[in-house]
Amino acid sequence: MAARETSKGLTWTIADADHMTQAEIYGEVLTQLGEKNEKIVALTADLAGSTKIGRFEQRFPERFFNLGIAENNMFSLASGMSAAGMLPVVSTFAVFASLRSAEFVRTDICYQNRNVKIIGTHSGTSFGQAGTTHHCTEDLGVMRTFANMTVIAPADSFETAKAVVAALETEGPVYIRIGRSFEPPLHQDLDFDFEIGRAITLHEGTDLTVIVSGRPAVSALEAAEIAERNKISMRVVNMHTVKPIDEEAIMKAVTETRRIITVEDHNVYGGLGSAVAEVIAKNGKACALRSLGLNDEYSIVGYPDDLLNYYKLDADGILEAMQELLTAEIEEDEDWEDEY
Amino acid sequence: MPLDENEKERLVAKARQIREKIVIITEKCGGSHIGGSLSQTDILVALYYKYLKVDPKNPQWEARDRFVLSKGHGGIGHAAILGDLQFFPEDQLLDFNKTGSPFGMHLDHLKVPGVDASTGSLGHGLGIAIGMAIAARLQNLSWHTYCVIGDGECNEGSIWEAAMAASHYRVTNLTVFVDRNKMCIDGPTEEIMALEPFAEKWRAFGWNVLDIDGHDFDQVGDAIAESHREDLRPTVIICQTTKGRGVDFMENQKEWHYAGLDSEMAAKAIESVRRS
Repeated sequence: MAARETSKGLTWTIADADHMTQAEIYGEVLTQLGEKNEKIVALTADLAGSTKIGRFEQRFPERFFNLGIAENNMFSLASGMSAAGMLPVVSTFAVFASLRSAEFVRTDICYQNRNVKIIGTHSGTSFGQAGTTHHCTEDLGVMRTFANMTVIAPADSFETAKAVVAALETEGPVYIRIGRSFEPPLHQDLDFDFEIGRAITLHEGTDLTVIVSGRPAVSALEAAEIAERNKISMRVVNMHTVKPIDEEAIMKAVTETRRIITVEDHNVYGGLGSAVAEVIAKNGKACALRSLGLNDEYSIVGYPDDLLNYYKLDADGILEAMQELLTAEIEEDEDWEDEY
Repeated sequence: MPLDENEKERLVAKARQIREKIVIITEKCGGSHIGGSLSQTDILVALYYKYLKVDPKNPQWEARDRFVLSKGHGGIGHAAILGDLQFFPEDQLLDFNKTGSPFGMHLDHLKVPGVDASTGSLGHGLGIAIGMAIAARLQNLSWHTYCVIGDGECNEGSIWEAAMAASHYRVTNLTVFVDRNKMCIDGPTEEIMALEPFAEKWRAFGWNVLDIDGHDFDQVGDAIAESHREDLRPTVIICQTTKGRGVDFMENQKEWHYAGLDSEMAAKAIESVRRS
């Protein structure tokens, strides 16, 4: 494992990312953090291998708890461990963390404000061939509605590493949703700022803004580069933290570009698109919004990258939405220009 | 080993006192889960007035024993004891259920000193208690975790997930009591969703199972002692109890799962408790 610790902390390069999936990087990060903080314990429900939290198990078997295929109790256990001084990191598939065990997460962890970190893997349609029962296009929506919960959708393995570190440095419940297999990296290495709640502008632009969370971020950047070659100035904002959402970044996109497309591997209801719409509506400034995601439907079976294409969450899909948005008739109000 | 007579009489008298307080608060606040609070009282009195290592002046004392009332609707009974012990000014209980009061049907650990976990939704507290016990062991801490679950609560699947995990991980620094009052809301447990053979279920899950009279302080004390001696399996003490215990017109009546009392009924109830 070619991870090196430098004076800046943990370091990986793009060469390492090629050999590690998002889940593996996080497993490695957690293990390294576990060396420094003996309060960290890891829990899984028979998914140590799939979620890669098994890396922690290898290093700290006495601080690792496999609860078997029993997710609900796992979250209760995490709550109790946290109450008694440990720092639990719980990992299972996003669908089980957010749906099957929703009440346990909400009542035992969020309501009681326990310092527990939850890593939901295989989120969105990233589990491809496994189909709807193992996909999760509802978790951002569900977790957003739990008070006390911070919700993060890292774009790639490097962001996942940063998110895990940040989560462990924050008090309170945190939910991080990641993919599963070999998502292409967005960043080159760990040399970028990552702050919970602060969006990252990946590409500047003035004609429209694409606000994206999670694995479609790479596609959004790709779309912006293609758009640029066609003289269209597309801003891309990586909204890795869905809650608390970066309102300032959204409003700058509203007032400076007036056209926004949200992109997420999630139902268009409840997740990033809804969160952005809430901010726009609350602020009362004119804006045209398109939300890309699954259109309130259950996912089909397919290879994960094909599904991004199928649900128009890849560069082609984003560019198609861009074309529609730029040519759509939008009723500008009298102050459209003045509000710049 | 039976308790010495004075000790036993002290606990019996205290239990009567707590039952009386439960009646008084219930009358004042408009209604409570009085049936289940009365059935659990002797277990909780034994713990809080003899066996539990806690400090009312320091509810967050790190070395304290932990107590989880998994059947969280017994909160009024738990609060009556915490108030009596002065974990908080006892007269705050007169505001039970009022808007903004720290006290409602189910106690909130963030608002009530002395409460280690917020319960209410059934099937959560046992897992929470097991998590605490495991954390104690990981940190080489010697405090013990006690948990009271309801029998109806044992319909919940998560209770059995927890039971399986406690056995698998040999969580022996944990003592679980079942308030086996044989009633749930809609009627007797055996008519609604039968639990029997109940003790056998726990044995099959790998637990050390004790079956006692949950209103007998000698038996409760002996069971706790045995639980502490047992170092291979977690221990569950099935406490045969009577829902509404201490108030003759409430005993075994499903209607008293949750109910209110007017002053006349409250007076009769207190009179019954004093005779019990």
